[in-house]
Amino acid sequence: MTMKLNRRRFMKYAAASSAVATAGSLFPGISFGDWQKINNNSGVVSWQKAPCRFCGTGCGVLVGVSGDRAIAVKGDPNCSVNKGLCCMKGYHSVQALYGKDRLTKALVRKNGSMVEVPIAEALDLVAEKLQETRDKHGKDSVAMYGSGQWTIPDGYVASKLFKGCLGTNNVEANARLCMASAVTGFMTSFGLDEPMGCYEDIDHANVFVTWGNNMAEMHPVLFSRMLANRKRRANVNIVDFATRLTRTSQAADKSIIFKPQTDLAVANAICYEIIKNDWVNWEFVNNHVSFHKGKTNIGYGTEDHFTFKDKAESISLEEFKLFLEDYTPEKVEKISGVSARDIKYLASLYGDPTLKITSFWCMGMNQHTRGTWINNLVYNIHLLVGKISTPGNSPFSLTGQPSACGTVREVGTLTHKLPHGVVMNEKHRQMAAEIWDVPVSNIDPKPSYHTVEMFRALDRGDIKFMWIQVTNPMVTMPNLIRYREGTLKDDRFVVVSDVYPTPTTDVADVILPAAMWIEQEGMFGNSERRTQHFGQILNPPGEAMSDTWQIIEVARRLGFEKQFSWDQTDYIEKIWEEYRRFHAGPKHEMASYKVLNERSGVQWPFVNGKETRWRFNPNYDPACTNGKDFDFYGKKDNRAWIWARPYEPAAESPDSEYNFWLNTGRVIEHWHTGSMTRRVPVLHNAVPSAYVELHPEDAAELGVVNGEKVKIISRRGEITMPAQINGRGVPTRGMVFVPFFDESYLINEVTLDAFCPISKQPDYKKCAVRLEKA
Amino acid sequence: MPIFSYLAIPRNGAKEALCADLAKISYCEIIPADNQDVIVLVTDTPDQNTEKNLQQTLKDLHSLQSLSLAFGYDDNENKGN
Repeated sequence: MTMKLNRRRFMKYAAASSAVATAGSLFPGISFGDWQKINNNSGVVSWQKAPCRFCGTGCGVLVGVSGDRAIAVKGDPNCSVNKGLCCMKGYHSVQALYGKDRLTKALVRKNGSMVEVPIAEALDLVAEKLQETRDKHGKDSVAMYGSGQWTIPDGYVASKLFKGCLGTNNVEANARLCMASAVTGFMTSFGLDEPMGCYEDIDHANVFVTWGNNMAEMHPVLFSRMLANRKRRANVNIVDFATRLTRTSQAADKSIIFKPQTDLAVANAICYEIIKNDWVNWEFVNNHVSFHKGKTNIGYGTEDHFTFKDKAESISLEEFKLFLEDYTPEKVEKISGVSARDIKYLASLYGDPTLKITSFWCMGMNQHTRGTWINNLVYNIHLLVGKISTPGNSPFSLTGQPSACGTVREVGTLTHKLPHGVVMNEKHRQMAAEIWDVPVSNIDPKPSYHTVEMFRALDRGDIKFMWIQVTNPMVTMPNLIRYREGTLKDDRFVVVSDVYPTPTTDVADVILPAAMWIEQEGMFGNSERRTQHFGQILNPPGEAMSDTWQIIEVARRLGFEKQFSWDQTDYIEKIWEEYRRFHAGPKHEMASYKVLNERSGVQWPFVNGKETRWRFNPNYDPACTNGKDFDFYGKKDNRAWIWARPYEPAAESPDSEYNFWLNTGRVIEHWHTGSMTRRVPVLHNAVPSAYVELHPEDAAELGVVNGEKVKIISRRGEITMPAQINGRGVPTRGMVFVPFFDESYLINEVTLDAFCPISKQPDYKKCAVRLEKA
Repeated sequence: MPIFSYLAIPRNGAKEALCADLAKISYCEIIPADNQDVIVLVTDTPDQNTEKNLQQTLKDLHSLQSLSLAFGYDDNENKGN
């Protein structure tokens, strides 16, 4: 009987599936939000939508559940991001839920050992310690460090508790390490954060330039979409502009290698060429652009208490031209190692009015001691030729994490930010105080510590209590030895919420077991302003609890019942609707909970039921009101800003003692520090340990062959690891590359904690090391 | 015991009305598209007579412009095979 019933349900599922597929072929882009409800009744495997959590692309996945276990993943055909395709991390994502050592009980350090306790007892202790530290050492002695993998509600309640209730701006997130330069780039050039374009640009562009961006491994689904377009359409070319040969370089039509940090000079040289050849779109420039310069010789932030504030000054077009005189292709060839011919070639692609061009970048430009500047400079190029905010013409900053945009940038979980605006702005504080139901005097108008300085403050003892959620800073902080030692000092108290043991839980005084991904309801926000809701599909194991609810529990223990009065049955909906109030209006209107629940992601601004594909363009963006063909409404002068930003060298460059560049990054198989993907057998066995990539000639000089051990030594630390020669990536001579996913090889003990003085984002791509055969 | 699925296209502007009409009819389940005037209709009737009556009911719907068959299955025909 059961068999027959299940079979019939299966046939109905097949019938519906067939009709949905037919609709998909007849009406491209059609979306069926209610599809999951019928699927759930199939009796075979129920499929429910979620965004993938393993990068910032925001691929829609359908998670197949049988009984109480997720057993399969497929790409969501209704999600326009990936249209049914996933990468290897996506397809294996559910296996990351089932590692044997999942944290299922709270642990508290007693007499030096971690002891299991009921989670309620652990939460009592967290609240008690937080209160005690605050009473004894002041409001800024406590801190929260979160993540671009926080859900939007996670980040929202963290900000509300710390900034609104506890009155400290000590809220930061690991997106400071990956996207802060993108934010300051957008803010300084446009006055508003996040890309003006969307992934549909890929279907329109004729030229793609990847700026220090190994998309083939880091954003493989988008990369495949780019390759598909190249195959399908005539006149599509990919140019890879990088410091190291990767799979992206191999797939590109042209690969151009530059010396680390000199992208600044090359970008200026492209602008020089565009002006020299009169490829400027004068109508666009005259109507929509203004010219500016800022401070120079701005430092690197390697010292404690470093401060910097830029000052914008208007300049004329003539002054900008004069500034560019230092960046002729011939001069820049000497700095960058890029031939003048290749620079002119790049300029000609941007300058050709018949070509639509999209620039992609991610960590190469953002993890850069002049990260804000290089973001500005790529915008300069697009602005000079007016190739922006139209389909296919897009300077596009890709995001690393699934909700770096949604949670960190939009909710504002950075020290200076609020969900709308910044703490320094009185009106923004008033809005937050009203929505949060707290006195406006609670919200401190002064930002406190950005991430690097926050960990320095912990080391110094200015911060004594830190709660870390959904991130693993004891693998990811640059100059790691100092910061790990800081956490271990006697009177520091560290709380870590996570799903698996990590080097960060190793330094914790309390470990809170967290619900992971689809074991809770939440939302992420991806690279293209798309908010993606997911329901709770599975129960978390043991006493594991969502990060949002952990914060709510602690907030209530601290006496903030009124501000955190939600019920566990619908708290995510209630939090979303409260948060959404911050973004009301055509520039950032967010979709309602109901709409998000129904669809595989919705792009903001979502105005009158319509998503905004291209901002600042009145054909698509309802916030444009100036009656012109573009409206850069983020800036007071209603113009996009071109910046004169010079080339300045890296904080640390190879010299006679430390004669190699060290570059770090990721591999396709692993997500960040590997705490989840290394527990997926297929992914772990594919790349079980980290390695150091060397150029074959450097390896020969050193006398090492594949697999032999190499010692990498910097002024801060050293590490010994196996060599990889002629692997998937090949650095240039004089450079080594190490992926950071493997906690057995903590490469960040070697890296430098220099950062962009404007964005405060560290540079993980450049420091000086020397090598020894081990 | 036939099971069919269709793409139902409403008359101009009548998507909401068509959803309401279809939702009232026994043996019908609907999945409206979020962003197009298209509705997936899945019918599951116990016998041929009921199926015939259902077809007639559907034909009489004022809010419905057209039905395109996407999938068909019948237990009895299957047994005959």
